[in-house]
Amino acid sequence: MMVTRESLLNWAMIAALLLVPLAAWSLDEPFIITLATKAAILALAGVGLNIALGLGGLISLGHAAFFGIGGYAMGILAAHAQNYEPLFEWPFLFEGSNQMPLIWLVAVVFSALAALVIGALSLRTSGVYFIMITLAFGQMLYYFAISWSAYGGEDGLSIWVRNDFPGLNTLDPIQFFAIAYVILCGALFFAARLARSPFGLALAAARQNEDRVEAVGLTPFTLRLTAFVISGAITGLAGALFADLNRFVSPTMLSWHTSGEIMIFVILGGVGRLYGPVAGAALYILLEHLLGGISDYWQIFLGVLLLLIVLFARGGLIGAIAGREKAHG
Amino acid sequence: MTYILVLEQILNGLQFGVMLFLMAAGLTLVFGVMGLINLAHGSLYMVGAFAAAAVAGWTGSFLLALAASLAAAAAAGALMELVVIRRLYRRNHLDQVLATFALILVFSEGTRWLFGSFPLFLDVPSYLSGPISLPGGIEYPLYRLAIILIGLAIAAGLFLLIARTRIGIQIRAGEADREMIAALGVDISKLYTLVFALGAALAGLAGALVGAIQSVQVGMGEPVLILAFVVIVIGGIGSIKGALAGALLVGMTDTLGGVFLPRLFTLFMEPASAASAGASLASMLIYILMAGVLLVRPSGLYGGST
Repeated sequence: MMVTRESLLNWAMIAALLLVPLAAWSLDEPFIITLATKAAILALAGVGLNIALGLGGLISLGHAAFFGIGGYAMGILAAHAQNYEPLFEWPFLFEGSNQMPLIWLVAVVFSALAALVIGALSLRTSGVYFIMITLAFGQMLYYFAISWSAYGGEDGLSIWVRNDFPGLNTLDPIQFFAIAYVILCGALFFAARLARSPFGLALAAARQNEDRVEAVGLTPFTLRLTAFVISGAITGLAGALFADLNRFVSPTMLSWHTSGEIMIFVILGGVGRLYGPVAGAALYILLEHLLGGISDYWQIFLGVLLLLIVLFARGGLIGAIAGREKAHG
Repeated sequence: MTYILVLEQILNGLQFGVMLFLMAAGLTLVFGVMGLINLAHGSLYMVGAFAAAAVAGWTGSFLLALAASLAAAAAAGALMELVVIRRLYRRNHLDQVLATFALILVFSEGTRWLFGSFPLFLDVPSYLSGPISLPGGIEYPLYRLAIILIGLAIAAGLFLLIARTRIGIQIRAGEADREMIAALGVDISKLYTLVFALGAALAGLAGALVGAIQSVQVGMGEPVLILAFVVIVIGGIGSIKGALAGALLVGMTDTLGGVFLPRLFTLFMEPASAASAGASLASMLIYILMAGVLLVRPSGLYGGST
């Protein structure tokens, strides 16, 4: 593979995301490690969205649904485990779980199922209808979570202790960061392979010219639905990690502001760039931390910055540094 | 359960639907004429409500407050169009979504900065407060009845504007072929600003009218915005007629579902679980309605092909 400025930048970013928390660890600054963990998890959510958005051209404004389902998978399993109330007794006794691998599996399966249903309905439409319908389905789950009093309703669900991962102490910030970082790297590797696979090429082709893809005998609907499901599953996994980071899940994770924010991570970094969400989420966390310290109304600045990027610098952060070449397409 | 309760709830549904129509009309016009998806439409609703609450606070006059909501929202809309929106017409939907989402952040936080986080209150004027007796022995709040009448009058006015006036002809021509009407000498960018400001004014008026029933607070526009999206998706994007049909359908479904589903569930469930299951299902009902409409007609009730 040719070494481009973009691939150098990608390596630099992924290295920085590792080195900053390591430095913070040696300086005993747990707060910075937590910020880096948050950036890695949000970047993971963005990597998920980017498979639908960047590769598939599907503008989903409802990815908070999957993020929240992942969060609630964590909340519900862990709440039952900590209260010793069985989640169900038939066909076998299941008391919930505080094991991360099982929680992740449940989060991925349920967010993939939700993406399958939402995608199958929404992909009947296209363009602006698709945007609004994904938004509406996201809101539907949001209102459902608010009225679902068994699991906290509007107040959400708190977990006393972070869930366990075999062999690690997840309460140690740097060890929990390591989990999030490894998963992010795995997802980036997977997304890169996916983009170059026959499936990814066909999906990108369906984005660029639907008729030609159909003419060679592929079905754009199936390609897009598959991408939407994969995308939802990765975002759902990020949701489970995010809820574990905060030891809290609430309907806010499902609100359409969350969908907008996940989209902002992708756009701040640069649409269709593999590492765009990493740059975007890191920049977002940095802005939140720096501007949030100056003013309570820091989102005004975020809004103005986002406007300027959309209107004048469409390649995002990576585009501004690495030039106009595309990561894949 | 009496027929009076049912009639009352039907009127409530009508009132909600009419307000949704005021929101949805602007959205669907802007999409139909300019091909633009505007998430910041809910911010204009909020601007209208805040302008009305502020003016009512200074002058004590409800009519002045309504006028202020129209003027402030139209001005904010025109400004939004001139500074940001007109750069987005030729962009793809993703850019439009992001830029207008950014506008929401600016408007919401800006309003919070100006007015604080606490909700403001806009009082119903004395001549519109209290119940009124309708034929059939129904006691119904006069203010809500006034909202229904104002909303229906505006809907009628809008249909006349679009069907009968020169501006209406230009708007319809702009939907059909914008290059052609520019070539015929219509100043298209002025027309776009005008349409955008018109939609903004309607949203602002809706915000002020609803603000007197609920509280006026930051973020109040967003739930309504999303319902307005559901309305225009059901009705068919770009169609005013569809917006009216969709708004009434959504208003009725949401209101009647919220009241009657929990009661319906008590027929075969325990009261406590029936209330919560009914409320959960009722909150999802309009989205189920939308999914149902889309299964049958993917481009909405009155939509052409997209």
